[in-house]
Amino acid sequence: MTTYVLSVLTFGSIYALLALGLNLMWGMTGMVNLGILGYYAIGGYVSALLTVKLGLPVFAGMLVGTLAAALLGAATCVGLVKLRDDYLAIATLGFAQVMALIAQNEIWLTNGTDGIGQVPRLGDELQGQSFGILYLLICLLIVALVFVGTEVLRRSPFGRVLRAVRDDSMVAATAGKYVFGYQMKALAVGGGIMGLAGASYVHYIGFISPEVFQPQLLIYIFLALILGGRGNNLGAVAGAFFVVIIVEGTRFIAEIVPSLSAVQIGAIRQLIIGIGFIVVLQNWPRGLIPEPLRRYRPPADPAAGQGSERAG
Amino acid sequence: MELLTEIMQLVVNGLMAGAILAVPAIAFSLIFAVLQISNFSVAAHIAIGAYTTYVVNALFGLPEAAAVVCAFLVSGSVGVVSDHLALKPLRTYGPLTVAIASMALNLVLENLIRFGFGNAVQALDLPVYRNWVFAGVHVAPQQFFNFLIAAGAMVALFCLLTFTSIGKQMRAVADNPTLADIKGISPEQISRLAVFIGMGLAGVGGVLIALEAAIEPNMGFRVILPVFAAAVLGGLGNIPGAVAGALIIGVAEELSLLALPVAYRSAVGFIAIIVALLFFPRGILGKR
Repeated sequence: MTTYVLSVLTFGSIYALLALGLNLMWGMTGMVNLGILGYYAIGGYVSALLTVKLGLPVFAGMLVGTLAAALLGAATCVGLVKLRDDYLAIATLGFAQVMALIAQNEIWLTNGTDGIGQVPRLGDELQGQSFGILYLLICLLIVALVFVGTEVLRRSPFGRVLRAVRDDSMVAATAGKYVFGYQMKALAVGGGIMGLAGASYVHYIGFISPEVFQPQLLIYIFLALILGGRGNNLGAVAGAFFVVIIVEGTRFIAEIVPSLSAVQIGAIRQLIIGIGFIVVLQNWPRGLIPEPLRRYRPPADPAAGQGSERAG
Repeated sequence: MELLTEIMQLVVNGLMAGAILAVPAIAFSLIFAVLQISNFSVAAHIAIGAYTTYVVNALFGLPEAAAVVCAFLVSGSVGVVSDHLALKPLRTYGPLTVAIASMALNLVLENLIRFGFGNAVQALDLPVYRNWVFAGVHVAPQQFFNFLIAAGAMVALFCLLTFTSIGKQMRAVADNPTLADIKGISPEQISRLAVFIGMGLAGVGGVLIALEAAIEPNMGFRVILPVFAAAVLGGLGNIPGAVAGALIIGVAEELSLLALPVAYRSAVGFIAIIVALLFFPRGILGKR
């Protein structure tokens, strides 16, 4: 049971990283990216390949995987970001599907649908539960660092420009901001965070295959961010853990109903997630922890202050 | 000469495949035109149409034509009900929220099918015919019938939109919902009708795909990329554009076999989106 809880929380941390990355792209900068699993997968695959085939240490693999995903993020910006909302959503979805095709078919590199096994696990020399505890701590540390980093970004002038781009890119451009550059930075950093999530996943499970592209994960991450509150990093993290708990909780609900096949139980779990998603959107469209609305407060006008003094 | 025949064969295959893609592509585009929403649950409605055919044809033994009509009615009705319950309350939050919710709706519908029918791949009970050969180009009669059904569905939609009052109202709402409302057209009713016809057509597309290939719960997701690509290529909301886009993608996918491994066929749709949007940001027939 402890092992199970540890693994649930570790997956929660990985989802939290994905949600933080998505928050940077979509929540803060307003770019709907349905290709997020592409960055997740490349982070995982690059790290797996480097550690398995070249024998690099795990940390180096994770670092390069993260950088590769960041580069991919910047590259998507060049090709796709000029597209308007719906076009962008469809194009990024296509982008992830092409990545999945490459993962399935370039067997010389990715080993096709068999996947890459025997990926060194971080702290694998530890026995049983201590591995789970250590890995969870590492993941939580990564989430904490990324959370602090993205929160600093959000509060900085850089984050303000991102929100301006999201709310009205024309206004941002008129104010002299290079919108494309900001979008590229948001996609690169967000992609890098997702790549880090992929690398954390692969060195936890020790295996990666084109299964990482399963569309449910995409839904989970969007649900996490919507549930937590778009534009809010704390919401992204909380939403991710909440989603993992719902996803795992449905496992027990499905077991209560007797005489169902494994496929039917799986279907019920997905049904609950899908319906839950729609219910959350309908009732809490801004999420459970909404992004704080910032209102412009005019600075105290010294002239007006003096005027009133004089009048008094 | 050999190569020429091969190219002819690929073009013919491509046009046939493109005509099948065109049906769900116009469904997607019609809904986008009237509601300004990308409804990703088209994928699940393709599967709903296919499973309806499976029930009607393989289990009850009714002929193809009846299966097509049933698929249209069933997936159209599911479309209206699910849209009313899941998506309509979200419309005030903007089209993108609805688009993302439609992905969740897709997950729900797909798993309802999975719950009822399981994951196993089903097939229809179809007679096998000998291929027709014209000047070295082979055409399977089944393929040709599918082409005719697809063409029939498109002609019916065209006539509906062009010649009937309902069709004119629908185009009016697509053009300017506020103005249509002032003129006494209820955008609400017209939207519902558009969803019914659109999802019904997606179901018919599912029948056509089922006649060619296997039936499984996630079959819609496998074809959705070329379908969306066709709609984007033609300009979202542009119905003749979606047909043109689907035919182009169908032919391009077949011709890609000359240069690319089969496995990358479905990447053609993505490449087509990127290339098209670089040169025609509003699609090849886009005006707005």
